[in-house]
Amino acid sequence: MGQGILLSGADNIDFMIHGIFSYELFGQTFWITTSHVCSLIVMLIIIAFIFAANRAIKKGSEIPTGFQNVVELVVEKLDGMVDSTMGKCAPAFRNYIGTIFIFILVSNISGLLGLRPPTADYGTTLALGLMTFTLIHFNKFKHQKVKGVIAGLCDPWPFWAPINMIGDIAVPISLSLRLFANILSGVVMMALIYGLLGKIALFWPAALHVYFDLFSGAIQTYVFCMLTMTYISDAVGTE
Amino acid sequence: MEFNNYFILGCSAIGAGLAVIAGIGPGIGQGIAAGHAAAAVGRNPGAKSDITSTMLLGQAVAETTGLYGLLIAMLLLFVKPLVVK
Repeated sequence: MGQGILLSGADNIDFMIHGIFSYELFGQTFWITTSHVCSLIVMLIIIAFIFAANRAIKKGSEIPTGFQNVVELVVEKLDGMVDSTMGKCAPAFRNYIGTIFIFILVSNISGLLGLRPPTADYGTTLALGLMTFTLIHFNKFKHQKVKGVIAGLCDPWPFWAPINMIGDIAVPISLSLRLFANILSGVVMMALIYGLLGKIALFWPAALHVYFDLFSGAIQTYVFCMLTMTYISDAVGTE
Repeated sequence: MEFNNYFILGCSAIGAGLAVIAGIGPGIGQGIAAGHAAAAVGRNPGAKSDITSTMLLGQAVAETTGLYGLLIAMLLLFVKPLVVK
């Protein structure tokens, strides 16, 4: 059965991930999809920014001007965010949080450049969620030792352990699904507007882009990083 | 009795509509959060930026359950897991 029955009369609605080419490896078929290409473009944008920032800082002056101002503002804001949330364990996690913040932010607003945001693919967000999950549990074992982890697992009573374990496993799933579904809903909404109202969608979709791409993307980036920081500082412990 | 794919697709569409009802909960929750944030700003206007960021964080977390419903609806409509291949 074809695709046509669902959206008959609107063939130009397109928000799915497309495969570009496939290759065989160990008897499995792998696909290079549009998500890979879009995340590559996002990475190239970030790398170009990094080189420009490096050059601006290297020949920077005491009183910042122009582009150096922007770079210092970005670094100061990110550091301030991590410092105010994580307290004394902030220095160890500034780099990680800053990296994922910039990657997710540029990915989310790459819809403005006509790309399909890489974060609208569950593969990307699940990878980010699993990185957070690994960090949480690595730090838990490092700072609370095995005894503390077991004590935390049997928190009210020992037979409560399976429920605590499910709660731990739900963390990366809910983190990644939240980001994924938010960005995907924006992508679907914009695709429907351009596909169904293509003839009259002239200037006013700009306002929707501001909401779905800029506002929603920025909020979700902030939320992802905030929750990651909260979970990690929980795992590190207060003492 | 045999059901063909058109029947299954129609039922999937109804199910997708029902799944999106999950949006009611987050709507109420976000409204409560925004109302209390407005009250807090009225009581303490100096803490406006802190209150706003806390409210946005809480609202984004509350939104998650509604998004699960949206995901189910999208799966039913576009991935079509129930349709016989």
